Amino acid sequence: MSVPATRRNLLLTIVLLSVGLVVVSLAALMVGGVHLPLRQVWVGLWGAGPAGQAEVIVREIRLPRVLLAMLVGAALASSGTALQALLRNPLADPYVLGISSGAALGAIVALWVGGRVANASPLAAFAGALVTMVWVFALGRRAGRLSSYTLLLAGVVTASFLSAVIIFVLSMLSTRDVRGTAFWLMGDLSVVTDVQLHLLLPVIALGIGGLYFFAKDLNVLLLGEQESAHLGVNVTRVETLVYILASLLTGVAVSVSGAIGYLGLLVPHLGRMVVGSDHRMLIPTAALGGAIMLVVSDLLARTLVAPGELPVGAVTAVAGAPVFIYLLRRTTG
Amino acid sequence: MNLESTSAGLTHANSVKSVGPHLSVEGVVFRYLHFSLATTNFEAQAGQVVAIVGPNGSGKSTLLEVVSGHLKPAEGRVLLDGEDLHRLPPRERARRVGLAMQETILLFALDVREFVRQGRHPHLGRGLFESPEDERWVDWALEKTRLTEFASRQVTEISSGEFQRAVLARTLAQRPRLLLLDEPTANLDIGYQVEMFRLVRDLAASEGFVAVIVTHELNLAAELADTILLLDKGQCLRQGSAQEVFDQELLSRVFRTPVLVERNPASGRPRINWVATRS
Repeated sequence: MSVPATRRNLLLTIVLLSVGLVVVSLAALMVGGVHLPLRQVWVGLWGAGPAGQAEVIVREIRLPRVLLAMLVGAALASSGTALQALLRNPLADPYVLGISSGAALGAIVALWVGGRVANASPLAAFAGALVTMVWVFALGRRAGRLSSYTLLLAGVVTASFLSAVIIFVLSMLSTRDVRGTAFWLMGDLSVVTDVQLHLLLPVIALGIGGLYFFAKDLNVLLLGEQESAHLGVNVTRVETLVYILASLLTGVAVSVSGAIGYLGLLVPHLGRMVVGSDHRMLIPTAALGGAIMLVVSDLLARTLVAPGELPVGAVTAVAGAPVFIYLLRRTTG
Repeated sequence: MNLESTSAGLTHANSVKSVGPHLSVEGVVFRYLHFSLATTNFEAQAGQVVAIVGPNGSGKSTLLEVVSGHLKPAEGRVLLDGEDLHRLPPRERARRVGLAMQETILLFALDVREFVRQGRHPHLGRGLFESPEDERWVDWALEKTRLTEFASRQVTEISSGEFQRAVLARTLAQRPRLLLLDEPTANLDIGYQVEMFRLVRDLAASEGFVAVIVTHELNLAAELADTILLLDKGQCLRQGSAQEVFDQELLSRVFRTPVLVERNPASGRPRINWVATRS
């Protein structure tokens, strides 16, 4: 099914999904170790005056987490959408080009070399992501131009190689540190500072906005590189910029919250089932849908085995796999 | 080897004030690593159909891409209405030139209408969405290729023949002044083959564009093209009207098999058949 890309449909979709996002976010703020009624959450969000226990829970603990989930979910889903179009491959996800492996390796090496330094991990991870992005780009060129086919191969090879290196480094770490690295491999939304949130919001907003700028070009790119060139698309410029934007979105998301899987693969497909492949509709749908999905997944991760906590990547995987199988059956059955 | 245009139709056109697009391919040479296209010249006026024929590997598709302006010729140039096509920015070129090569199959959910709508991409301004005029041209293209009833079907669900018509529709939606088609009838049954050739010929006349078609259908080319170029191993061996180009001995040699060239009594044009031998 596809919803024609018109101003009215776009606005309607954005409004509906935004309302959905607000609803699940409020639910996520209300539910947890201590259940808070909506009124108290509301006071916690906007109220001035001395902070009671409820306000602290809402503001200091839950709100940052919910905001992070929104931003990371939107970033990963948008990046996945863009990469599926760029590589013309429905199996592409934000990690297929090795970004998450690079980020994980960056953080794990920093851990190994420097011990536990409070804020170094995200920076080291982002550095790892950047280096991987440049490396894969250089490798993905053929005859001096970017080729989506070569790029995919370069990314897959790099990801595999980096995963092997990660396992090697893990074997060098003490068992105490190894447990901490589950964070990078499964994702964790519980550790975020205000500074990070303040940086993430504009970066992710600009990244998604940048991808949206190329929405029309991505539609044409689906037809093929040659066909796109014949329709007047500057293929090299579009592919390079989309690659950079998608990699940056993935890099910042993974640097702060580890590699949360399935979201970047699944949400674009779910989005296509609802609004079709026109990226003018799909990108906002995927971004908001990704935000919703991660807020809900994190809510489940916090509550399913309360008082314990599941890694959020486990929830997206366990929930994601059956949904993906169902999707597959529906489209090919 | 430098061949001049010899078609009677073209020499007549030179003396008439040209209205509409004028294609001039002047002395183009192209070189790949292992293959080269020798000096080629031809001209065409609005409303004319040029067919490029020849055996596999003779350089037909390469010539088409050079004529489109996408490939830079080692020598010579291609002018459309006096503009060097290769020098144009890609978007400007795409507004004038519609090129449909052999197409890759899609893996994504895209309906036929969306597929054809991509043809309007070069014309989309700064706005995000298509204008009502863009949608009208999409409707027009779907109607001309008889795909209106398929408009909401997924491109992955239609037959290869219907897909080929969708590619033509998308190229028509570009409203080009120069229409270039690489084997547009490869997957079509005889009925659709004839229909597509006639459609291109009629549209070229009514809309006033130049059409250049690479084809293996020698008889369709003979019936419906104004000028034919016969290529072999990168060289243009002969060009002109069907009667001039379709010489039995030449064709038999070029296609490496005996052929028989007769006259179609209805139109007076050549009709080519391969000779059945029992060996």
